[in-house]
Parts: sequence; C-alpha cells; structure tokens
Amino acid sequence: MVRLFLSGDGPQSRILGAILLLILFCLAFAPFLFPGTRSLETAARICIFIVLVASYDLLLGYAGIVSFAHTMFFGLGAYGVAITTQRMGTSYESLILGTMAGAGIAAVLALVIALFSLRVRAIFFAMITLAVASAVAVLVSQLSAITGGEDGMNIRIPRELTPAFRPFDEPVLGVRFSGRHLNYYLVFFTCLILFLGMLRIVNSPFGRVLQAIRENAFRAEAIGYRVIWYRVTATILSAVVAALAGSVFAVWLRYVGPATTLGVEIMLDILLIVVIGGMGTMYGAVVGTAIFVLAQNYLKDWMGGASDAVGFMPLLPDLLSPDRWLMWLGILFILSVYFFPTGIVGRLRGVT
Amino acid sequence: MTMTTTTPSLAPKHAPKLVRPSLAQRLEPWAPVLLIPALILVGWLSISSPTSWLTLTVSGLAMGMMIFVIASGMTLVFGLMDVINFGHGAFVSFGAFVGVSALLMMSAWTGAPSVALNLLAVLAAILAAMAVTGAMGFAFERVIVRPVYGSHLKQILVTMGGLIVAEQLIFVIWGGEEIFIGRPETLKGSFVIFGATLEKYRVLAVAVGLVLFLGMRAVLRGTRLGLIVRAGVENREMVQVLGYRINRVFIMVFVAGSALAGLGGVMWALYQEMITAHMGMEIMILVFIVVIIGGLGSVEGCFIGALLVGLTQNYVAFLEPKLALISNIALMVVILMWRPQGMMPVIKAK
Repeated sequence: MVRLFLSGDGPQSRILGAILLLILFCLAFAPFLFPGTRSLETAARICIFIVLVASYDLLLGYAGIVSFAHTMFFGLGAYGVAITTQRMGTSYESLILGTMAGAGIAAVLALVIALFSLRVRAIFFAMITLAVASAVAVLVSQLSAITGGEDGMNIRIPRELTPAFRPFDEPVLGVRFSGRHLNYYLVFFTCLILFLGMLRIVNSPFGRVLQAIRENAFRAEAIGYRVIWYRVTATILSAVVAALAGSVFAVWLRYVGPATTLGVEIMLDILLIVVIGGMGTMYGAVVGTAIFVLAQNYLKDWMGGASDAVGFMPLLPDLLSPDRWLMWLGILFILSVYFFPTGIVGRLRGVT
Repeated sequence: MTMTTTTPSLAPKHAPKLVRPSLAQRLEPWAPVLLIPALILVGWLSISSPTSWLTLTVSGLAMGMMIFVIASGMTLVFGLMDVINFGHGAFVSFGAFVGVSALLMMSAWTGAPSVALNLLAVLAAILAAMAVTGAMGFAFERVIVRPVYGSHLKQILVTMGGLIVAEQLIFVIWGGEEIFIGRPETLKGSFVIFGATLEKYRVLAVAVGLVLFLGMRAVLRGTRLGLIVRAGVENREMVQVLGYRINRVFIMVFVAGSALAGLGGVMWALYQEMITAHMGMEIMILVFIVVIIGGLGSVEGCFIGALLVGLTQNYVAFLEPKLALISNIALMVVILMWRPQGMMPVIKAK
C-alpha cells in the first residue's frame, strides 16, 4: 500500500524514512501539535514550498534544465485566483476557475518559452527564463489596474475557509477548530496529492527517459527518444504544478503581491533548497524545505546572538549579522554542488 | 568553375559564366549590421520630433555601448571555454562600488571645474575598479569555475551561488543602502546640437564604447594573441595540439572580461548616478538578451545586439513607457525567429 502511494520509490534509508515520517506527522497534525497562528502559517508555508520546490526538482533534478522563471509560474497561479475572485465574486467556482486559468496560462507560456529556447540550446533556457520572468515581474507591478501593482491584491475567499467560520461548538482535541484549520487541511491535502503525483511522474517511464536525457542527451536521442519533446513536456508539467501551488498559496494567504510570489529572492530560495536538499530525489524537496523554513525562523536568531557575542571584533559582526544568512547559505550551496551533488537526501541514502 | 578548358575534345562544349549574386544575396551577410541603421530609421519615422529622436538615439547608443562593454567578456568566455558565467553581474556591482568609493574619495578632483582633473579622477576610479574586478575574476575562475568545466548545469548553479555570495559581500563591506553619486563637474550638463540636448556624459560613453569595440576588434583580428583566441573559439583541442597553453589564454580572457565588467559597472554608475548591490543582477538580464541575440561567443554579434537593445529600449520607453522591458523580450523573440542561434553564431569546427 505504502509502496503504491510512493510509486515504488521509497526513502531507501532508515534515517531518511524516519525524518520524512516525522515531517509528515508534524504537518498532518500541525493545528493540534503546535497551536497558534504563527506556527500554522509556518506549517502551511512548508507544505506549499515542498510542492513548489519538488516541481522545480522535476525540472532541474530530473530533466537537468535550469529555469529562473519558476516563481513566475507560481505567481501566475496566485494571480489567476486573485483576479477571477475579484471579477467573478467570491465562490468556489471562481476559485476553481481561477486555478485552472492560472495553470492553463502557465502551461501555454511554458510551452512557448520552451519551444523558443530548448529547440536551440538547453542553456538558452536559463537566460531566457531569467529575462522573461523579470519582464513579467515588472509588468505585474506596472499594470496596477489589473494586478493591484506593488500593493498586490487581497482575496476574498468563501466564509467556510476563514477564521470566522466555526464548524464545531466544542473544542476538538483541545483546539477551537475554525475555518482557518479547514483551509490548512485543504492546503495540506492538495499539496500531499500534488507531491505524490509528482513522485508518480518521475518514477514512470517518462521520468526514466528524462533522467536518461539528463545523463546524456545525445545518447537518448540516438536510442530514439524525441529529446525536445520530453524536455518541453517536463517544463510544462513543472510550470503547471508550480501554478497550482501558487493558487493554493493565494487561497491560504488571502493576498497576492509581487514580493510574495514573483520576487527574485523566492527564486533563489527555491534553487538553494533543491540543491541543498538533494537534486533529482523529490524527497530532497521535503527535507530541504523543512530545514530551510525552520532555519529561516530560528537560525537568524542564533546568528544575531553570535553577531552580538563577537561585537568587539572587526568585520565579524557584519559577517554574522542575521541579514547575511543568505551569504552563508550561498557558500553552503556552492560547497554542496561540488561535494554533495545529491544533497542531504543523497548523503542519507549513501549515494554520493 | 570559372576555368574554361583549352582542349575542347576532352570536355563537353559549354560556356560557364559567372552570375553575379543578386543584391539581396550580397546584403545577407550584412543584414545584422544593417539592422542598426534600419532601427534608427524606424525610430525617426515613429518619433515625430527630430530633436527628441536625436536625444533618444544618443542615449540608446550610450546604453548599448555600456551593455556591450559588460557583455563582451561574458560572450568571449563562453566562446572560448564553453563556460557560462551567471556571476558576471557580481563584477558589475563590485566595479561600480569600488569605482564610486574611489570617486567619493577624490571629491576634490571631481568637484573641480577642470576637465583634466575630472577625467583623471574618473580614470583612476576606473583603474581601481578594473583592478579589483580583474583580481576577483581570477579568483572566481580558480575557485568557482575551474572545478566544474564541461557541465553547464553545474556552471549555472555554482556561478549563481557565487553571485549570491558576492552580492552579500557588498552588503557586508558597503552596507545595504544605495549610494548616490554625482558626475564630475565638467561631465555634468549637456550640449545643444540642432536644437537637441545631448548629455555630455552620454556622448563620452558612446565614444568610450566605440573605442573599446574597435580596440577589441583590432586585438582579436590583428595580433597573434587575438589569433590564438579566435582559433581557440573555433577549435580548442586543435590549438592545444599545436602547443599553445589555451588554459592560460582563457584565464587572461576571463580576467580581462571581468575587468571590462568592472569598467561597465563604473560607467553605468555614472550614467544612473545611483548604485545598489542588485544592479549587477538587473543589468545581467539585458546582458543575457544581448548575448543570446548576438550569438553566444561572437563579439561583433554582441556589439550589434547591445546597440539594438539600447536603441529599442530608449525608443519604446519614449513612445510607450510601460512596454520598455517587454520591448527587449519582443526584440529577442523576433531575432530568434529569424536566426535561432543568434545573429552571428560562432561556428565551432568540431
């Protein structure tokens, strides 16, 4: 049964399995284990980022294509929901329609970009996505009549998903259950399904061909696979999943803005998580995201303390200041590309 | 084919004649070059006032020249060693910060109303910036790029990581605030020619860019070193077999390219009169468009691409400000539809 859900691609390591189970357990019972708004926010963010990062891993780790437009697709999903709910009013239909519209536009855009660049050279893709993504980010912040510009848009979602809705009069397991918790479980299960779906894709014959292309595109072509077709399909799939994650994010946050969905920082975060967690493993996205988001919340405090402790020395306080944590992460990133190309998960599996 | 034989018994009787290629055929290799005057003409037709057209053309050319200075190193590095350096933007930012710090230190010279002192200050700032970014380039090549030769995927990832670290180092050294920098006294203000106002600094930037392009072309076409570089771009192994240490040539090109990026950073800083740590990344977007439409590895293509991007951006920003960034994407799409490998692709002899 478990094998079926995991598509025959288990953790292959006891420690990894234990970590994954712990993460799953914590996320599944987050509202009861960690009551409080802030921890629920963190849990939902972890769920959504796992899907976002895993969809990026599908492209980077399995197909070997570097894209810098992943946040663009994420943002398309989020803005799809925001714009349709604003135009069509608050209803489940408009949420679904917005999600589908976002995913559809993401698919078409991915197809166009992929055909333009992958047809010629795979490395064009990295540069063209960077250019297109930045253009879209500028466009979104300028077309304020449609997108709300820099301020972003607030989204009105159905009442059942808001904190105001109380399905039960009595507390459940000591928690006063609200629509916010329902919304969390919507996020959790959507993300779980999307993640298992992606696990299915990468372990299908299609996923195997992608890996073959990553290892040696020329040879895959010689065996008879249409390399371009596989690469384009992988790009579209990853864009659609990223857009769906964006829609879920918009519904959860009830807000979209350029900084929260389209920013370069988010793109860099995704890149760092994938590589440090483990490229081409899918589970790397889970472990990496959990560690990254927790580190973002707690490591910064620790760095602040360390920075104060060495305050008497020159330069060191600046290097250790909490704002500079991205620098240390960047160094860790470079080292892990050199020495652990398969990241944490690859390390745990004993495959280096 | 042109030879007519004198022994008619051995060959069938025929009289081959040379057909002159048609005008279109003769123009075809020059098509990318002709795009620039064509674009300037389109700009003239669509912008009603000739004076603003002249102003825009000069500022477009100035912008294009600066992008060329930055992009040329990157495209040569790719052509020579098949290395794609996403961290190139870090050199731009570092160059700008070093140059601006130097200029701020020499405020007595930049503030003086003397052309010689002003230019001396700018030159000193540029030299400082180029020295620092050149040294950075050397370190970058050794530490970051060297271990990942031959794998584009790892190159992109690692150089991106290098960019993040370098950007953060700027925050550590100079703090997170943007720095405003005034141009030196005699470079402020503008000329008025035919009723059009041309900023002095932009004219200077065009001149510097043009001199650099011609100089680079002269080195690449006229010297022995340039010959080795060009041969290396076409076929690296063959040059190695002939006994040249192409790796050393490559490091030289990498360092020179990084130094040029630093120069571009200083020029850009004086153009915008403001610098931020993220400026390198922002410029890199234009640089990528330029090297793609020029044809990766080609200096001439890069030059033409940079001018096209600069002109398009300025014309469109005047006609329809909201479309300015999209215009470059549109330009890229059009050119890639016409020539999928870029305007002047480097043909590898492999």
